[in-house]
Amino acid sequence: MSSYSITEPSMRLKWIAGVLVVLYALITLVPLLWIIATGFKSSSDAIAYPPKVVFEPTLEGYVNLFTRQTRASAEQLSENPPTTWYEQIVHDNGMVISGPSRFGERFMNSVIIGFGSTFLSVFLGTLAAYAFSRYRIPLKDDLMFFILSTRMMPPIAVAIPIFLMFRAAGLSDTHAGMILLYTAVNLSLAVWLLKGFIDEIPREYEEAALIDGYTRFQAFVKVVLPQAATGIASTAIFCLIFAWNEYAFAVLLTSGTAQTAPPFIPTIIGVGGRDWPAVAAGATLFLVPVMVFTILLRKHLLRGITFGAVRK
Amino acid sequence: MSDTALDRVARATPPRVARRIRGFSDRAIAWIFVAPTIVLLLAINIFPLIWTIYLSFTNYRANRPNAVVEWVGFRNYQRILGDPEIWQTMQATAHFLFWTLFFQVLFGFALAWLINAKFRGSNLWTTIIVLPMMLSPAVVGNFWTFLYQPQIGIFNYAVAFVTGADPSSFSMIGDVRLAPWSIVIVDTWMWTPFVMLICLAGLRSIPESIYEAAECDRASKWRQFWTITVPMVLPFLMLAVLFRGIENFKMFDLVVQLTGGGPGSTTELTSINLKREAFEKWRTGYASAYAVILFVTVFGLASIYVKALNTVKNR
Repeated sequence: MSSYSITEPSMRLKWIAGVLVVLYALITLVPLLWIIATGFKSSSDAIAYPPKVVFEPTLEGYVNLFTRQTRASAEQLSENPPTTWYEQIVHDNGMVISGPSRFGERFMNSVIIGFGSTFLSVFLGTLAAYAFSRYRIPLKDDLMFFILSTRMMPPIAVAIPIFLMFRAAGLSDTHAGMILLYTAVNLSLAVWLLKGFIDEIPREYEEAALIDGYTRFQAFVKVVLPQAATGIASTAIFCLIFAWNEYAFAVLLTSGTAQTAPPFIPTIIGVGGRDWPAVAAGATLFLVPVMVFTILLRKHLLRGITFGAVRK
Repeated sequence: MSDTALDRVARATPPRVARRIRGFSDRAIAWIFVAPTIVLLLAINIFPLIWTIYLSFTNYRANRPNAVVEWVGFRNYQRILGDPEIWQTMQATAHFLFWTLFFQVLFGFALAWLINAKFRGSNLWTTIIVLPMMLSPAVVGNFWTFLYQPQIGIFNYAVAFVTGADPSSFSMIGDVRLAPWSIVIVDTWMWTPFVMLICLAGLRSIPESIYEAAECDRASKWRQFWTITVPMVLPFLMLAVLFRGIENFKMFDLVVQLTGGGPGSTTELTSINLKREAFEKWRTGYASAYAVILFVTVFGLASIYVKALNTVKNR
């Protein structure tokens, strides 16, 4: 801006502010960069003292993450020469691959449960939000508060009866059970956020459509939904991130078939002590998609984390 | 308009059904839209809650489903309120709550104020600062135990580098005195951006004309800060504090992975303590009473939160 403003901060203040903020950002980034870097370290580099900043990158951590290995004798090793690059890495450590690890399955569980529950909560949430936005519903404010209050419950406090319910209904450790549970937890967020987005769409559009002979339902599908597309997409990402990150219910209600990645990654151990490069590799694969989504979402971030209260 | 899947469905729908759908009154549509959400929430949130309340008056144990369940009245509640272990847990939670909120407000507000100076590239750096907040607390917390390792951990190394102490002379998660601070540090690292974002929204909501008027009245920058900036941002800050307060009162995943409640029970926050009673000692009735007490506390905080939320919204 070229016009002079008395409230514009001085050049010097801008400089100081910039330096301080960048400094904070760099410090805050270190743990994240350290996770990513450790994933590419060899096991000896990972636990070196002093901590190694410059190292020779290797995919050992990723190979260990995806495979199960057994120690092999010198003869066995020479009898079975490695044929692929990942077998070579394992071979160099005096091991042979005995099969795939559980990580792939657990990661897929996270994907299935995350997307399943996101789809359901956004679908149900959009319908409810539209109704709350456009119609006169008795006790509307109380219902909205009720919906929000379900989110405030400590997961551990409701986990006991949910555990008993799931056990009785045969839903413990199943994808369906987890999808249902995460849908219920995310619904409050979905309804509150989407109501905010739909409130912003002028009613006149629908009224025009109704005059043109559309039914209420057609007006909703063909006029409101396309207008709310951005809102629906960002709500979906918020729901997805929540389901992706959830740990408390996952650790209590799943153990095998439907276990997601967050309870699994901390249980990764190597041969003789924790295999930190493998843990870091798993964490990297798990966290990087969320970082990408966060950057995509930056405009709607504030809205998502405050249930639509602060809109910027 | 082009031929969409929906149009095809509309054409394939028998006229009788179509007439019925079209004939829905507004009120019917409203209820059809709202009902699934309410039903699901009743089934997965309210029904379990009522069940918890019922169980809290019994001596039920989930690991012995065939044992006779006895009604014990308020005995579970009496035992909880008289249990010194629970009060110790509450103390740990209070320490965690107070210091995380203190640091997050301090750093969050300071950062927001600095970012609001709109230096070049401020948007990019804001996005970077926000990253930790969106990540999985369990996975990140687990990795922080590596950063906290006495000799090889980069946190200890950095502290040693700055203070000159021996990096293997202290263990953040193994030492009774340091462990409560280890969880405060990680939580502050994760959630300062949350407070920052909300404060930033507050700062940006202040109309420039107020500062211009103050400038005309020759108010000093210092005075402008305390009489305009702080009071105008305060409702936003309250919102952030309440939200973080509720979340940290429920804190489970991050701390369970970081310290597991240890060493001893120095970092055993209420949720971790509750998990131990319910899923390790299997005292289901007792744990249910505990859960009810927690829930009532959170619900109280939540209703204040909603009031604060409406105040901010109506501005």
